[in-house]
Amino acid sequence: MTIQGPIRPQPFSRIGKPTPRIDGAAKVTGRALYPSDESVPHAAHAFLVTSPIARGRVAGFDLGDARAVPGFLDFLCHENVGGQAKPPKQMAGGETTTTMESDRIWHDGQIIGVVLADSFEAAREAAFKVRIQTEAEPPSATFGSAGTTEEQREDEQKEDFAVGDAEMALAAAPVMLDAWYETPTQHHNAIELFTTTCAWNGRQLTIWEPSQFVYGLRGNVAQQLGIEPADIRVVSKFVGGAFGSKGGATARTAWIAIAARRLGRPVKLVATRDQGFTIATYRAETRHHLRLGANGEGRLTAVSHEGWEVTSRPSFYNVSGTETTARMYAAPNILTRVAVVHADRNTPGFMRAPPEQPYMFPLECAMDELAARLGIDPIELRRRNEPARDPVTGLAFSGRHLMTCFDRGAAEFGWNRRNAQPASMRDGDWLVGLGCAASTYTANIAASTARVTLRPDGQAQVRLAGHDIGTGAYTVVAITAADRLGLPVGQVTVEMGDTEYPPAALAAGSSHTASITHAVVRACDALLAQIATAATASNAGAFAGREPATLSLRDGHLVAPDDSSESLADAVGRISAGAVEAYAENVPDGMPADAIGKLYQGQLPILRGQKRVDMTAYSFGAQFVEVRIHARTREIRVPRMLGAFSAGTILNPTTARSQLMGGMIWGLGSALLEKTEIDQRAARYTNDNIAEYHIAVNADVRRVDVMMLPEPDGAVNPLGIKGIGELGIVGVNAAVANAVFHATGQRVRRLPIRIEDLL
Amino acid sequence: MRPFALEMADTPAAATNYATQSAGTYLAGGTVLLDLMKLDVIEPQTLVDINALADTYGAIEADDDGITLGALVRMAEAERHPAIRRDYPVIRDALWQAASPQLRNMASLGGNVLQRTRCSYFRDVSWPECNKRAPGSGCAAIGGNNRRLAVLGVSDHCIASYPGDFANALVALGAEVGLRSADGSERRVPFEDLHRLPGDTPEMETNLVPGELITAFHVPAGPWTRRSLYRKVRDRTSYDFALASAVVALHLEDGVVAAARIGLGGVAATPWRAHEAEAALTGRPLDEAAAEHAAEAAFAGAVTHGGNDFKPELGRRTLVRALLEAAAMEVLP
Ligand SMILES: Cc1cc2nc3c(=O)[nH]c(=O)nc-3n(C[C@H](O)[C@H](O)[C@H](O)COP(=O)(O)OP(=O)(O)OC[C@H]3O[C@@H](n4cnc5c(N)ncnc54)[C@H](O)[C@@H]3O)c2cc1C
Repeated sequence: MTIQGPIRPQPFSRIGKPTPRIDGAAKVTGRALYPSDESVPHAAHAFLVTSPIARGRVAGFDLGDARAVPGFLDFLCHENVGGQAKPPKQMAGGETTTTMESDRIWHDGQIIGVVLADSFEAAREAAFKVRIQTEAEPPSATFGSAGTTEEQREDEQKEDFAVGDAEMALAAAPVMLDAWYETPTQHHNAIELFTTTCAWNGRQLTIWEPSQFVYGLRGNVAQQLGIEPADIRVVSKFVGGAFGSKGGATARTAWIAIAARRLGRPVKLVATRDQGFTIATYRAETRHHLRLGANGEGRLTAVSHEGWEVTSRPSFYNVSGTETTARMYAAPNILTRVAVVHADRNTPGFMRAPPEQPYMFPLECAMDELAARLGIDPIELRRRNEPARDPVTGLAFSGRHLMTCFDRGAAEFGWNRRNAQPASMRDGDWLVGLGCAASTYTANIAASTARVTLRPDGQAQVRLAGHDIGTGAYTVVAITAADRLGLPVGQVTVEMGDTEYPPAALAAGSSHTASITHAVVRACDALLAQIATAATASNAGAFAGREPATLSLRDGHLVAPDDSSESLADAVGRISAGAVEAYAENVPDGMPADAIGKLYQGQLPILRGQKRVDMTAYSFGAQFVEVRIHARTREIRVPRMLGAFSAGTILNPTTARSQLMGGMIWGLGSALLEKTEIDQRAARYTNDNIAEYHIAVNADVRRVDVMMLPEPDGAVNPLGIKGIGELGIVGVNAAVANAVFHATGQRVRRLPIRIEDLL
Repeated sequence: MRPFALEMADTPAAATNYATQSAGTYLAGGTVLLDLMKLDVIEPQTLVDINALADTYGAIEADDDGITLGALVRMAEAERHPAIRRDYPVIRDALWQAASPQLRNMASLGGNVLQRTRCSYFRDVSWPECNKRAPGSGCAAIGGNNRRLAVLGVSDHCIASYPGDFANALVALGAEVGLRSADGSERRVPFEDLHRLPGDTPEMETNLVPGELITAFHVPAGPWTRRSLYRKVRDRTSYDFALASAVVALHLEDGVVAAARIGLGGVAATPWRAHEAEAALTGRPLDEAAAEHAAEAAFAGAVTHGGNDFKPELGRRTLVRALLEAAAMEVLP
């Protein structure tokens, strides 16, 4: 049943109360099965053979030694299976690089072969013994490398803005800030590696693979292999970190499916850490030219933000965070432009806060620089430029509490103890710096579906093909259903991560909670409608002849406004001694009616907060960071961080806090540590392991305070959910850079900020 | 990883026999060895597990002449030992700031000093050029990503850095290493002679005779060992190799340096003793100017390659900091 009427408002009872993860015990006791944990009988093992050069072609393979390895089964490459799969469709950026479809090599580490063997060890040994012959051409690594090509981004999904006349306003501005900034290549490096297990049963293919979008993966693999989506099942019950990297289909899945079909037995792939750098996506390096014009009081007269992003040869993937930076501050003249630079690299993709993380860095540093130039407190400068409406479209914001975040955060952080003079604060041998920056992220929501069953004994079950990528999604679904069904959370079981269940949207873009909980609420309401209709239609019982819409579920009972009630045993039992079931779809207002049809096919109908026609919807936050820099040896340490966030309804403060805190910690690592090093000559990643690709460790992370400010926003969507997955990371990089400036007087505009930048 | 044979040695003689007759490679904690085998960087045919020799080579013994650390002492054991904490704080400092607690529980001191470089081009066999891994093939690190690589003791053939911490303390304190060969004979050599500079044979990293087993490290006592520390500077607060580090042990008499022992880590091709810096300090009052003078001397021969251009400056600052901190230490008489 589809109900697309308004969602009935109901006061939250369980929503917003701290609730431990319902899957927590399974995770810490090893009972949670991640996709590669699935024990598939008689599986063969795959090991990928990847390209040692970044550009050219595969001339051949010498398999003599590899075949001699005991347990060796087969070797797949373009010569024997190339025609059997098409490349996966990308969610953004059009065409992408191919793998074994042909002999072409687009980038370092491209999949060019798959070794199959009876054991993982044999597959690995044989893979090392495959001798690869290539014809190499000189590759282009990154910005500034010979042979790259640059083009103005042509992308129907992304917009540039020209409001007023920014060039003229900049030329006339009494104060102008003009600076270039850089962010590095970064890889997600989730602890769970990229794994795929495939098994055929006749025409039916089952894929166990960690995924942020099981229907999307199913649709994509069906298209690649030319089979029906209905013949594919994708299972991904638990995901050990994804951050965007497991959102789109990658090339490996179809090849493993083909391998399993050839061998007539299941095949399991656990790609290595270093292969993960090149067989999936990453955050590409960016460059920015930022110009701010202001009058003497610090009111902005113009904002110009030009961005450059690296991508692969065939793709125009870009994140274009200018769509957000153009809307941050009130400026009458706005200019944005984004160009992509094609190099011999793998295609980048979504990584936590894809647009905002790299693009807010230059804007939020530039605001800090402008504040210092004008002698205005950086928070005050933002207050003076707080827009009443979206500066680009003139639409109202759906809740914009940026200054509340700054003010509440500043009070808690002790911002007033900051001496505005750079390099003025010191504690022994350590220079002390305090910095702040704004955070923001679009409030997104996608179409989604859910099925709910309720038994007379008060046990409920929710099924949907949603994804808990470590965020706590299982728990918020349980809380939502419990709230709506009037049950304790412990009486709700949740099943997700399987295309056997009704489809749910991609778990990305801070949209998943909003998307799936609305569908769950609708399914619960549909279920209530069945029970209430039966109760009121019945000749007997407390509710005979009443209006069904007045009844609700509370504390294990069906209740009327006058508090007359009936137990669930009676109310549900009236319909069935087994269970009552309801399925529902949620299509957010403003989305085309065919959204659900698309979702079933594995496409993603999503309503983005900056594309809405009724309002501009963002969540906001303020980031505060204290740094300590050794006066002599210049190590940069962060004793304390504080984030104050305003992000609509918080369903579960326990997991929300972890999400926001995790984002902030990542922001810290991203500002000071993370960088994928590229050999400029060979266009190859050199630190493709987590001993050398540094993420923050416990000792780097000291005090982290997360403030979640209450924000009822009934306009954004019925439950007022704006999303928190990305908000925590955004702006931390700028807050760190601003704090480093405050500590030392040195402005570093290139991330990560390292010891050598401060010597 | 390739197939290999595993021999369990239960006596020192069995160990050296396996190592000599089957060209075996010793396996202690395995944290270097197995790592490199999985990466296909090394392909030993036979591993000789020496962990059962901990009975013989697993003790720490301290007396008035110094302290002896068995080769099979785990890093974690040594860092907790009361005599080390009291009389050789630099050894403790160098150990606890290395790797992670899990690794230090596994890792032996013998394996530690023989750890291999972290140079990316050495550790990834898909790079054709690496003179250390494939002699004569060239050095991809020169002209490549070399931020973490060495500036002292390097050659045109190799700029790999020695990544470890503990060995810098051994070399600075003038330790000796005890060795046992296949014929059962034992010898002691200065630790400083254990490692070789890369020169034009970077594949030869030590002066060990094939099959020779490290049995122990002998650190002599001296009036400088209590006033000693290890200053490690790195990107990450923990679980990170040194960008630059300094071992300093000082014998001060009325603020004047009677003797100094100085080692450097993260910046050199081998565990590094800065004799020039020691000489520059001896007989002078230890103040900032003297420390800077010594640091200049320590890095006078530095050669950089782009990514590591900052290292001499960072190395000097690290040494100055360590010297001033050591001078300011509160030391038991
Ligand atoms: C992620 C990571 C981070 C690390 N960080 C640091 C760090 O910050 N600082 C630091 O100093 N170290 C660091 N290490 C290195 C670590 O300290 C070494 O891996 C460890 O000390 C090696 O000891 P082992 O017993 O495991 O050696 P093994 O792997 O068993 O052996 C290493 C080598 O020594 C040989 N060998 C072992 N024992 C003997 C013997 N008695 N006689 C002759 N030959 C022998 C072996 O044949 C092998 O060639 C790190 C390691 C890792 C993996």
